[in-house]
Amino acid sequence: MNRHLLSASDLDRDDALLVLDTAAELAALTDRAVKKLPTLRGRTVVNLFYEDSTRTRISFEAAAKRLSADVINFSAKGSSVSKGESLKDTALTLEAMGADAVVIRHPASGAPDRLAHSGWIGGSVVNAGDGTHEHPTQALLDAFTMRQHLAGGKGDLAGRKVTIVGDVLHSRVARSNVLLLSTLGAHVTLVAPPTLLPVGIETWPCEFSFDLDSHLSSTDAVMMLRVQRERMNAAFFPSAREYSRRYGLDVRRMNALPEHAIVMHPGPMNRGMEIAADVADSDRSVIVEQVTNGVNVRMAVLYLLLAGAQLGESEGSDRTAEVVAP
Amino acid sequence: MVRVSAARTPDETRTVLDAGDIARALTRVAHEIVERTKGADDIVLLGIPTRGVFLADRIAECIHQIEGREIPVGSLDVTLYRDDLRRAPARALLPTSIPTGGIDDKVVVLVDDVLYSGRTIRAALDALSDIGRPRMVQLAVLVDRGHRELPIRPDYVGKNIPTAKTEKVLVHLVEFDGDDAVRLSGQPLEES
Amino acid sequence: MTVSYVIRASRPLGGPSVDIVISDGLIAAMGSSVDVPVGARVIDAQDCIALPGLVDLHTHLREPGREDAETVLSGSQAAAAGGYTAVFAMANTNPVADTAGTVEQVWRLGQQAGLVDVQPVGAVTMGLAGTQLAELGAMADSAANVRMFSDDGKCVHDAVLMRRALEYVKAFDGVIAQHAQEPRLTEDAQMNESALSGILGLRGWPAVAEEAIIARDVLLADHVGSRLHVCHVSTAGSVEIIRWAKSRGIDVTAEVTPHHLLLTEELVRSYDPIYKVNPPLRSERDVHALREALADGTIDVVATDHAPHPAEDKDCEWAEAAMGMVGLETAVGVVAEAMVSTGLLDWAGVAQRMSVTPAVIGRLDGQGRSLAVGEPANITLINTSRPYLVEPRALRSASRNTPFAGRSLPVSVWTTFYKGALTLDEGVLVGQAHNEGSAV
Repeated sequence: MNRHLLSASDLDRDDALLVLDTAAELAALTDRAVKKLPTLRGRTVVNLFYEDSTRTRISFEAAAKRLSADVINFSAKGSSVSKGESLKDTALTLEAMGADAVVIRHPASGAPDRLAHSGWIGGSVVNAGDGTHEHPTQALLDAFTMRQHLAGGKGDLAGRKVTIVGDVLHSRVARSNVLLLSTLGAHVTLVAPPTLLPVGIETWPCEFSFDLDSHLSSTDAVMMLRVQRERMNAAFFPSAREYSRRYGLDVRRMNALPEHAIVMHPGPMNRGMEIAADVADSDRSVIVEQVTNGVNVRMAVLYLLLAGAQLGESEGSDRTAEVVAP
Repeated sequence: MVRVSAARTPDETRTVLDAGDIARALTRVAHEIVERTKGADDIVLLGIPTRGVFLADRIAECIHQIEGREIPVGSLDVTLYRDDLRRAPARALLPTSIPTGGIDDKVVVLVDDVLYSGRTIRAALDALSDIGRPRMVQLAVLVDRGHRELPIRPDYVGKNIPTAKTEKVLVHLVEFDGDDAVRLSGQPLEES
Repeated sequence: MTVSYVIRASRPLGGPSVDIVISDGLIAAMGSSVDVPVGARVIDAQDCIALPGLVDLHTHLREPGREDAETVLSGSQAAAAGGYTAVFAMANTNPVADTAGTVEQVWRLGQQAGLVDVQPVGAVTMGLAGTQLAELGAMADSAANVRMFSDDGKCVHDAVLMRRALEYVKAFDGVIAQHAQEPRLTEDAQMNESALSGILGLRGWPAVAEEAIIARDVLLADHVGSRLHVCHVSTAGSVEIIRWAKSRGIDVTAEVTPHHLLLTEELVRSYDPIYKVNPPLRSERDVHALREALADGTIDVVATDHAPHPAEDKDCEWAEAAMGMVGLETAVGVVAEAMVSTGLLDWAGVAQRMSVTPAVIGRLDGQGRSLAVGEPANITLINTSRPYLVEPRALRSASRNTPFAGRSLPVSVWTTFYKGALTLDEGVLVGQAHNEGSAV
C-alpha cells in the first residue's frame, strides 16, 4: 500500500484484495462484546470536511474510533476555513496538532493530492471525495458489497458484470469504481446520456452505452448514480421526467435484471428520479448494506495506512516536468 | 510469533524435533491438559494463527481420542492487539473464529508454536478480554525457546529448546509447510 | 559622455564571429578587427550569439493594481535579464489601461525604469467588460502612442464589437490582439479538455473554444480589411485555421508562448497549479503542431504571456489557483530547447520571431532592427556554452511562478544592451548587483 489513498488507481489488485480481506476480518469482529480495538491508540485522525457529507464523515469517524484513534472533526463551516484560511494554512495547523492521518472531503478535484504532495503535512492523506475526481473508499465499499453477494465474499470480481448508470461526468463515485472494479477483474459498463459522459470515455477501462434497457439482462450489479436536478438547467438533459424515463431504475427495469442481481446506490438518493422508491426499498437493494460495509472498509484503510511503520513516500517528486522530447 | 523462513538451505539449519518428536510432544501436552483440567470438560482451544491453529486442531484430536469427546477449537488473531505494529508495514489480518458457545466461564487454552518474548501472548490475553470472560486461561506451546520479556509462562510445553537470540526457530507443519519439523538456524549459543 | 563598448567575437544571428563597437547608443562599427575606442570596455563574447534586443508582444506588468505580483520596474528588470529591450504591457491592470491617462502612466513608469521600452497595450473595451469600446484613438494619440489593443485575459466575444474594433483601429494603423476564448464553452474551465481532464475530474477547456473565435475573427478581419493578431495560440486546430487564413491573404499574425512549445497537459496530473495557465497546456500533438507552425511562419512570433502571481495564488488547490506563468527570463532558453536544439529554427529565425516581427506587429520604432552599423544598439548576447538552471528564487521578477523550476535550459542570456547601455552585464543586472546578495 502507498502511504496515501488518493485514487482507486493507487491500489493494485493485491492492495485492493488486502483492503477487502482486512475489511472482511474486521467485519467478523463487529458482533463481539467489546467493539473497540486498541490498534490505533495514540494516533490522531483528522476529518477535514470542506463539504457537508454527514454520512461519509460519520462513517470515517466510526471507523477511526473503533480502532481507538483520537478523532478530530474539522468542518469548513463555522471554522477559520469559512473565514478564508487557505488549505495550506489549515494543513500546517493540522500538522502542528500532530495529525497522523487527514481524511479530506473537498469540492476541488485534486485537493487531496495537493495535501499529500505539497510538503504541508507529514501524515497519510485519505481522499473522502474530491470534486468530480474520485472517492476511493466508496469504490472499496461497493466492491466489498459486490463481493459479498456475487463472489462468496472472497477473491476478486473476475467476470462479474457491473452497470453504472447516470451522471458519470460529475461523479467521483463512477471514476473510482471504474478503476477499482476493473482492477478486480469486473466488466464495467457506464450508461448515461452522451452529455453526461466525459470526453475521452473510450480510453477508460470499461464499456459505455447510451441505452440502459439493452444491458439489464446481463448485469450482476447495477449502480445508480445521483443526478442533480440542477443539471437540467445546464442543458445536460431536457427534463427530470425525460431523464427518469430513459435512465431511471423503475420496477419494470428491475424485473429485467437476472434473479441474483443487486441494486446499489452510493446515496443520497433522489427517489423518483434515478431510482424508484419501490426499487430502493426492494430486497434487491443492498443500499443499507453499503453503509454498514463502509465502516469496515474504512477501518481496513485506516488500519493498513496507519498501524504499520511509516515507510516514507513511495512516489517520487512530482516536479519532474513532462516535456515533449526535443 | 517467530516468522518462519522457508528459504534457508538445509546445511544452515539443524533439526531439533522431527515428525515423530512433534507427535509425541503434542500427545503428551494433550494428556497433561486432560489431567490438569480434570477431564477437559469445559475447555476451548484457541490457536494463534497460523501454525497455532493447526497445533490446536491436533491437540483437540488427541484429547478426542483420550476422552471420546469433541473439543471446541477456534482461532484467535492477535494482530490488532500487538505492541510492535509500528515496527513493520501493516500486515494482513488472519482469521479469528470463536467456537459457538463462546468463551465465557470456559477454560481457554491458547495454543501457539513458539513461545519467545511473551508479547504475542500478552496481545492474545487482551484480545480475549474483549471477546468474553473465561474462567481460566492457560497456554500450550510446541517450543519454549526462552528470552521472555514479560511475566508470562506456559502451562504446557512440547519441548524446551535453549537458544541464542541470534538463532531462529523454524517450525514446519504438514498442514501449512508440507512437512513436520522444528529446526534451528543462525548463530548458536557460544559454548566456551 | 557615453561609455563605449566592444563586443568581441560574438556571432550575430549565429553567423561568423565579428566584433561590434557600440558608441552613443548606436552600433558604431562591425568587423573582424575593429579599432577599440579610447576608454571602451571590451566584452569577451566568443561563446555568444548576438541577437537584436528581444521584443515581447505580451507581458503582464501588473502595475497599477497588483504591485505585489509585479511592478513596471521589477518586470523591466526581468525583461532585461531575459534579453528583452522592449515589452508590450497588457491592459488588464487595475484600473484597466483603457484611457489615455492610464497608458501614459504605464509608459512613464517604463521610462523611469529605463531598462526596456515599456509599450502599453490599450484595452479594446471599457474595463475589459466587452460591451463598449474604449477610447482607442485617444490612447493612440497619447504620449504612449498605443498601436496594439487587447482585452487579454478576456475575449472580445461579441462579434459586432469585434468587427467595430477591427474597423476603428484602421484609422491609426492599430491592431486588435484577440484572446481567443469562447466564454460559454469555457465556464469554470480548468484544463485542456481531453481524456486526461475526464480522469482528473477537472472541467475541460475545449480546443474548439479557441478555434471557433479565431475562425470567426479571421473572417471578420478579411471582411473589413483589418489587421488581426491572435494571442497565445495553443491548439493544432488554431494553427490550421491561421494557415488557411494566411493562404487567403488575410492580414493575421499570431503568437505562441514558450510554455506551449515545451509543456503538455500531462503535468496537470500533479494538480500543482504552477501548471495552471490560460490557455491551458495542451496535448503533445498540439505542441508539435505549434513548433512546426512557428518554424514555417504560420505563427509569426514568440510572446511570453509573462503572468506573475504571488505565491499564495499558486500555493493552493487547483481550482482556487490563479492562471499564468512568468516567462520573460526563461523564454530564450525554452525556445532554444524547443526550436533550436531540435533543428526547427536557427538563430536568425529566433531573431525574426522574438525581435524583428514583434516590433513590426506592434509598430514599435527603434526595436527589432538588424545588427548593422548605424542602428540603435539594442543587442542581446546569448551564451551557448552556459546552460541556464532555472531557480525560482533567483528570478528578477517579483513573482516566482515558473513551471521550469529545476530545469536546465541549453543557453543563458548573458548580456543585454538597451539603447547602447548595459542592462544585463554577464548575467548580472546592472544596478542590481547587491540585490542578489551573491554578486560582489
